[in-house]
Amino acid sequence: MQSSAVTKRDMSFSQLRGEQTSQVVGSEQTPKIRIRDLDFFYGSFQGLKHINLDINEGMVTAFIGPSGCGKSTLLRTLNRMYDLYPGQRATGEILLNGKNVLDQGQDVNALRAKVGMVFQKPTPFPMSIYENIAFGVRLYESLSRADMDNRVEWALRKAALWDEVKGKLNQSGLSLSGGQQQRLCIARGVAVKPEVLLLDEPTSALDPISTAKVEELVHELKSEYTIAIVTHNMQQAARVSDYTAYMYLGELVEFGLTDEIFIKPKRKETEDYITGRFG
Amino acid sequence: MIDSSALYRKRKRTNQLALVMSMLAMGIGMGFLAWILIVLLYKGVGALSLSLFTQPTPAPGSEGGLSNAILGSAMMVGSATFIATPIGILAGVYLSEYGRKGWLAPATRFINDILLSAPSIVIGVFIYTVYVAQVQHFSGWAGSLALTLIAIPVVVRTTENMLNLVPASLREAAAALGAPRWKVVLHVVLRAAKAGVLTGILLALARVSGETAPLLFTALNNQFTSLDLNGPMANLPVVIFQFAMSPYENWNSLAWGGAVIITFGVLCLNIVVRTLFRKKI
Repeated sequence: MQSSAVTKRDMSFSQLRGEQTSQVVGSEQTPKIRIRDLDFFYGSFQGLKHINLDINEGMVTAFIGPSGCGKSTLLRTLNRMYDLYPGQRATGEILLNGKNVLDQGQDVNALRAKVGMVFQKPTPFPMSIYENIAFGVRLYESLSRADMDNRVEWALRKAALWDEVKGKLNQSGLSLSGGQQQRLCIARGVAVKPEVLLLDEPTSALDPISTAKVEELVHELKSEYTIAIVTHNMQQAARVSDYTAYMYLGELVEFGLTDEIFIKPKRKETEDYITGRFG
Repeated sequence: MIDSSALYRKRKRTNQLALVMSMLAMGIGMGFLAWILIVLLYKGVGALSLSLFTQPTPAPGSEGGLSNAILGSAMMVGSATFIATPIGILAGVYLSEYGRKGWLAPATRFINDILLSAPSIVIGVFIYTVYVAQVQHFSGWAGSLALTLIAIPVVVRTTENMLNLVPASLREAAAALGAPRWKVVLHVVLRAAKAGVLTGILLALARVSGETAPLLFTALNNQFTSLDLNGPMANLPVVIFQFAMSPYENWNSLAWGGAVIITFGVLCLNIVVRTLFRKKI
């Protein structure tokens, strides 16, 4: 899939190279999400430590690192998914369009409608393919039957699934193959037209062909959405992302342009991980 | 080489032993079930006739059927299931989805488990004291109420268990779209657990359709056909109890017929409801 590798923008690499990891990089772009001094706790265990990071608009930001490093945890703070579980809390600031989503007054459902998420394992709802997509749309929009039909088709086309399911929209979403189910979940996430899409290891349960399809999709979607992706697969991070963050033990070790991180990492830990000497 | 090693042979023997024991246990369970069904059919089929469903319970020695008892049982079991289902499902949803913190859910769960295993005669005496003795007469409603109290804990327990089996990832996926909690539960979680919740309702229905003790104290019996839930009401379990204990041959025969009707009525209902719900997604 090297051919679909992301076309890099002409960025001033020198600017980035000089900066320390604890500082925020990439700020010459428009940041969609600014993370400031973010700490996260599972009860008394600290899962994230002083994270500072900008996620740029219209870009793909990849999070890599060994298991348990906090990359999924970080993703789950961005849409406050952790709120479902008592005992988990985050402190600091996550500014989405300049507004702190960690505020007590933040309506988490409205936030999640803006910040969509796709999970590691496909999770189709126990309803038809059509209803799987319409469910999310109906939460915040009341569309006519025809408009809804159009939206469902649009989302399925976005997720490169339309041609495979157009004749069986009334069949159960559970009847699809694993790769199709995952693309259905992506279509479902895209259908509500969020501003940000969080992908938590979206291809780890998929075969290589489905993985390639999802990666192409990420590449296409980034023109309209800001995307953050967690992956265990470093080639994948290199292929799909513009920026890469390497995390270890709850800390952000290095963050920068993907080309920089993979070709010339500044930190030894990052290099060891990327070259497979660790992790 | 591997085949002949002592460890391999020992493991093979242990496997065979475990297999034989589990087959034996299955055989005992199934054997008794088959025995019950065979005896029931052998004794009861002779009593089955059209008049069993059309005529009310007779006097000793004369012709009759069980129509009043079938009707009474259907009304009381039906209304009990109808009342117990929403209460039981809502309580089960609370325990599984909302009662994660605090003391209320564990306390509710504990009390529900006690109710679940409470002897049904206790429920009968309870309704007798708080309802029948107050209004000074037996009634179908009292019977229905007693059956409701028996059905609720069954529905609560199975609903909670079935909802707990729904993976957290499904709830997260729905919440990730911005769905409020109640919509996640109603449209996704309950739908995913539909077959299991339905099983709970059918289990409760099967359980209450055979209950005798609580009806003895509440609905009592009625020789005549009655649609009035405010008066005493005939019902299959009490009729079976009374007729089977009697010295009259035609009553004994009707008791067997009643037993067959309860058993196969529950069985048929089970099959019908399951096939109806299986077709949908």
